[in-house]
Amino acid sequence: MMADRTGVSAADLPPGTDETPRRRRGNPVQELLHAHPSLGPLVVLVLAAIVFDLINGRFLNPTNLSIMLQQVAVIGLLALGQTIIILTAGIDLSVGAAMILVQMVMAELAVSNGIPVILALVLGLLVALLTGLINGVLVTRFGVPPFIGTLGTLGVFTAVGLKYANGQTITPPTSSLLLWTGKFINFGSFHITVGVLLMIVLYLVVGYALGRTAWGRHVYSVGDDAESARLAGIRTGRLLVSVYLVAGLVYGIASWVQIGRVGDASTDISSTLNLDSITAVVIGGVSLFGGRGLVLGTLFGALIVQVFQNGLALAGVQDLYQQLAEGLLVIAAVSLDRWIRKVRR
Amino acid sequence: MNATTDDNELTTVHSEPQPDREPVLSATGLVKSYGRVEALRGVDFELYPGEVLAVIGDNGAGKSTLIKCLSGAASPDSGTLRLDGREVHFRDPLQARQAGIETVYQTLAVTPALDIASNLFLGREIRKKGPLGTVFRLLDTAGMRRVAREEVQQLGITTLQDITQTVETLSGGQRQAVAVARAAAFGSKVVILDEPTAALGVRESGQVAQLIRRLRDTGLPVVLISHDMPLVFELADRVHVQRLGRRVAIINPSTSTMEDAVAIMTGARSV
Repeated sequence: MMADRTGVSAADLPPGTDETPRRRRGNPVQELLHAHPSLGPLVVLVLAAIVFDLINGRFLNPTNLSIMLQQVAVIGLLALGQTIIILTAGIDLSVGAAMILVQMVMAELAVSNGIPVILALVLGLLVALLTGLINGVLVTRFGVPPFIGTLGTLGVFTAVGLKYANGQTITPPTSSLLLWTGKFINFGSFHITVGVLLMIVLYLVVGYALGRTAWGRHVYSVGDDAESARLAGIRTGRLLVSVYLVAGLVYGIASWVQIGRVGDASTDISSTLNLDSITAVVIGGVSLFGGRGLVLGTLFGALIVQVFQNGLALAGVQDLYQQLAEGLLVIAAVSLDRWIRKVRR
Repeated sequence: MNATTDDNELTTVHSEPQPDREPVLSATGLVKSYGRVEALRGVDFELYPGEVLAVIGDNGAGKSTLIKCLSGAASPDSGTLRLDGREVHFRDPLQARQAGIETVYQTLAVTPALDIASNLFLGREIRKKGPLGTVFRLLDTAGMRRVAREEVQQLGITTLQDITQTVETLSGGQRQAVAVARAAAFGSKVVILDEPTAALGVRESGQVAQLIRRLRDTGLPVVLISHDMPLVFELADRVHVQRLGRRVAIINPSTSTMEDAVAIMTGARSV
């Protein structure tokens, strides 16, 4: 075999006459969705909004839109933190538990211990960072797969939160800074809360960090192929820890928004928060396999879940069908992602 | 194959002495074991300025382990590594890179989802000047693209037209070109190419050969690890033959034949 090739030197062929087929032309829809991973969720969101408005004319009125935005703020923020982790091909099952713990710390310190609220908030955010640090160290130093590591911390954070709060519900006084995130800001008949505003600001900040800084490039690179990223000179361990820290901080702010929205801090908030945040990310076109997707998509994903819940409720459909719809959406989104990924060789 | 060659101390080396030149990169007595497998059993290695040194050897001869030790991807159990005469110890690929040794891995170490320019600057991104860069960490995307374009042109890579194309849309040869361009752009002392043509067709291999020549013409010494004998004999100034964890010979390609090389490499002939 070697003898065949000695005669004809490959290097004698003229350069620049690359005849390799550029890329086998796939389905144009597939190509488009591959290049713009948030496009699919946007189309679904718009279509769903139109359909639900046709079913019930109140759907798109400002009051209903405002309510949906207020309801989406907490999940939207949890999903934002979750997005960064999933972009690195990780997953965080401890989001809800971290949020329970952090909001109990904030409320207990401020209300029961009488510490200045601003200090209680800062300490709460530090606890949030600590939860991120623990997850990050588990994943990098101890090499625990994110799914297992955060499944473990899900239990740990929940238990610590329950123990710390002693099962009580803490209601801050109405003037407390803890409830500031629930304050309304009115634009005519359109009224959003400070929490919604915080969510939008954080989406912009994280979107900027992912899209316009070296840190963001490295997040995508590590998620796409961690070994290649390492060989290209990225300190992958350090990067992953920073990712879990940032996510933790976002969850901390989500905890504050949650207290403001509900008006108190309690340990019996929905146990589906973990999965809801992942649902939003996946429906938003962010790939569970890492390295692909935008926070904008996650925002669309969170809104889609909200639109379906609200729209189906307005249409008078039973609760169980909302769950059915959500489940089908997740399956469709992941199947679509697998299909889109096939574009790549 | 001679059964006896295994036990011989094959330390004889065919090479013109190079008394007047100091090697850029050299190693003496490198030993590296993985568990009970001794991948390197005391390897010596020299790379001189401006040359293309090919490293050949059969599977399991210790080529890749040697390269890993040179590029910082693995650290030897014993032996010394010198760069420009100074002893160096690399704990990770980043340290080797910072010392001026760039490696193009067989896996290429590119991120398919990012564009060509981003891949060229991966891990070494340039930020905007002023507070935008220092405070807001804003990347100078336009600047990086400009430099990437220049680099690609300087190397005469005609196959990479659009620097903003994502790497996943490129062919194998084009991806190789991206990885080589990155090494050329940042390698200040040594460029190591690990099996650059292994995954390529004939035409694309030819383009990579051109690329290696251009790389050498810029004055950078190149270490070329390859199974591709015609490529090795076409490009290399000297050929380091690795066998059973040791360097068994250094061949001069202009006076030896491929058959000689293969015979030494497989142990059919002892040196």
